[in-house]
Amino acid sequence: MTLLRWFGRKTFSHGVHPQAHKEDTADKPIRRLPFAPRMVVPLAQHLGKPSRPIVKVGEEVGRGQLIAEADGFMSVPQHAPATGVVEAITLMPSAQGPRVPAIVIRVYEASNQEVLWRTPRDMDALTPEQIVQAVQDTGLVGLGGAAFPSHVKLKVPAGAVIDTLIVNGCECEPYLTTDHRVMVEQGPDLIRGTQYAMRVVGAKRAIIGVEDNKPDAIAAIRQHLPADGSISVEAVETKYPQGAEKMLITSLLGREVPSGGLPAQIGVVVNNVGTLTALGRLLPRGEGLIERVITVAGPGVKKPGNYLVPIGTPLRFLLNYVGFSGSEQEVILGGPMMGNAVSSLDVPVTKGSSGVLVLSSSEIQAETRRIHPCIKCGKCVAACPMHLNPTQLGLLAAKREYEVMAERFHLKDCIECGCCSFVCPSSIPLVQYFRIAKSILRERAA
Amino acid sequence: MNKPQQPHIELRTSPHIKAAPTVEQIMRNVVYALLPIAAFAVWQFGISALALILVVTASCLATEYVFSRSAGRGNTLSDWSAAITGLLLALTLPPGFPLWMGAVAGFIAIALGKTLFGGLGYNVFNPALVGRAFVQAAFPVAITTWTPAGLPGRFVEFIPATLALPFMTPPVVSEWSKQQVDSFSGATPLAQWKFEGVITNTSDLFTGMVAGSAGETSALLILLCGIYLAARRMMDWRIPTAVLLGAFVTALVFYLLNDQHYPTPLFVLFSGGLMLGALFMASDMVASPVTPWGVWIYGLFIGVLTVIIRYFGGLSEGVMYAILLGNALSPLIEHITQPRIYGARKSGVKS
Ligand code: SF4
Ligand code: SF4
Repeated sequence: MTLLRWFGRKTFSHGVHPQAHKEDTADKPIRRLPFAPRMVVPLAQHLGKPSRPIVKVGEEVGRGQLIAEADGFMSVPQHAPATGVVEAITLMPSAQGPRVPAIVIRVYEASNQEVLWRTPRDMDALTPEQIVQAVQDTGLVGLGGAAFPSHVKLKVPAGAVIDTLIVNGCECEPYLTTDHRVMVEQGPDLIRGTQYAMRVVGAKRAIIGVEDNKPDAIAAIRQHLPADGSISVEAVETKYPQGAEKMLITSLLGREVPSGGLPAQIGVVVNNVGTLTALGRLLPRGEGLIERVITVAGPGVKKPGNYLVPIGTPLRFLLNYVGFSGSEQEVILGGPMMGNAVSSLDVPVTKGSSGVLVLSSSEIQAETRRIHPCIKCGKCVAACPMHLNPTQLGLLAAKREYEVMAERFHLKDCIECGCCSFVCPSSIPLVQYFRIAKSILRERAA
Repeated sequence: MNKPQQPHIELRTSPHIKAAPTVEQIMRNVVYALLPIAAFAVWQFGISALALILVVTASCLATEYVFSRSAGRGNTLSDWSAAITGLLLALTLPPGFPLWMGAVAGFIAIALGKTLFGGLGYNVFNPALVGRAFVQAAFPVAITTWTPAGLPGRFVEFIPATLALPFMTPPVVSEWSKQQVDSFSGATPLAQWKFEGVITNTSDLFTGMVAGSAGETSALLILLCGIYLAARRMMDWRIPTAVLLGAFVTALVFYLLNDQHYPTPLFVLFSGGLMLGALFMASDMVASPVTPWGVWIYGLFIGVLTVIIRYFGGLSEGVMYAILLGNALSPLIEHITQPRIYGARKSGVKS
């Protein structure tokens, strides 16, 4: 454990300290974005199986209406983000690159966009299993970026006993402040969602972990904590990737998730604050997830801020609304450490999009960075929060010895946080090598 | 409808931001840190030292240029690493070292020590030490011919051996040195201790007004320049710390056993090339381990070995061989010190 732990500051060892860049948006209250004339709802915006459309081209849909149903347990349904008419069900660009099937809705400009589709629930009457089903019906996924179906996460594997629910409010990615604003503005929803989740997993206590650079969020949540002391807020060190599930568990509880295992094995379930806030608001009303808070920031944006955006809004509409500036730019969906650079502005905001960043060439240091051979400086080893040896992994990847990487150097434990690439003075795209190596190994295994 | 704006979009993979420093920045700062040491050497030993530093560095740069071009690696001078090798190498040579031999040393350092392995990042040994080891074997007399520091005529007159013609025996310098300083013994403080039993005052060692290689004489200045680098995170402070610690503890043990025969630990730390070696050569990133434990083991090993060679070997100085041996062992050290990964099951931990 690191020295800091001995001195009582909650943290994990290794990791990096990128510049936060949160000052532009951290104080901006969440504002609603107008409706785009056209919405693109991908059928696979979550991990798992794509949903199955249940509407036809030309059909009218109301805001909040179910338009695609879950295909099995590892899947979630989709709801219409706006009232309009289904224009097409076709392949559309995605943040990950390849075109994916999506439902395209032409939005009725004259509509007042009221949510008419809801089935309010009496939450107190539901069993844990019924709540899991309700969460799936909401279409909720991890809003922190992972987009893992929330009901799957809340379904405790047989035999596991959960003692603690950890609520992840770290938001360790630079620029992003969506979770920050949600914590400041939507405390009651967050607490309600946390209590539902505790009931589902059977946890006696919940800890909301927040990086110590957000004292206002910590103070805001404290005001809403229930009197029985079952939920607490803890400050953790501001360090990337504090918001990685495994790191946060270690910071708060001192436990390590076994290699290849799940947090449930050590009695923990982790959920993001944004996810639980949405849970707290949507479950009792019986509404589907049709909008989310997203940070729009970066030097290339004229009106940076936090916006409540209908899911399916194309980036082009969003960015035109907040205003572009500058010329040579990179548009990133998500945070700068783990997000995807998008190839087309027709890519829509999806359930997992926590931010849209427009970076200029000085942020990405395009020109000044030249790839050199590894100089074995060891910075990546000292940065890797999983305590892997990225130096060796990188050298092996260059030689395409993927099996050795997996068998001797624990490739599968890499969480793709990017700390190694971030610090590498030789600018070696280490984490990219590791992603490629993993996918090649997956293909070979299949 | 107004036409949507379509800016120029870059496509890159995450992470989209990078931390400083880059390789160029690190290497450039090492050069900056070496410059005061080089300047001090020139002030001590005059134009001979200046000429030597320039010739050796130029030889390294030229060799790097030619070899990296012909190996298809493009122009690698911009990464500054060849300049570091040149400066370091020059600083380990006696100030009156014949210039042509210096040029040979520079060529060998880069050609044998670096490009043969595949250039920056692939060298197994510190290139400067490879060059130095070569000339030690090839020119055993010249490499141990020391001249006094701070001579009055040092800025107008070359040390006679400096301008020796290639493949000619350089003039004997000891007579010349005696003319300059009556009492000059022609030996470094380490050799004086080892072969004559004379111990130089530690404060003289600290400030550097003693005989020795061009740049290994002022321990204080070297220490300061090293601290600058470590503070800017351009150098791994753990390695020099471990080397000096290893040397200090070993020397302390011997001193406590027999304080008549063995010098004080401070003398051991501040004499010879230990300081320069610990801060600027052992810490060469490429040839040292990357694992947290490995770094300490490697450093301690070099420190202990340096003292042992000094006390029991045939030479008065052991830093160079200790570091070269440390370099050679570093893959092994790294292999046995693989970090314990997060979440590793106790039974399943493999090295
Ligand atoms: S940070 Fe880059 S240069 Fe340094 S050891 Fe790791 S891979 Fe090599
Ligand atoms: S991307 Fe993988 S190897 Fe690199 S620092 Fe993160 S966990 Fe370690």
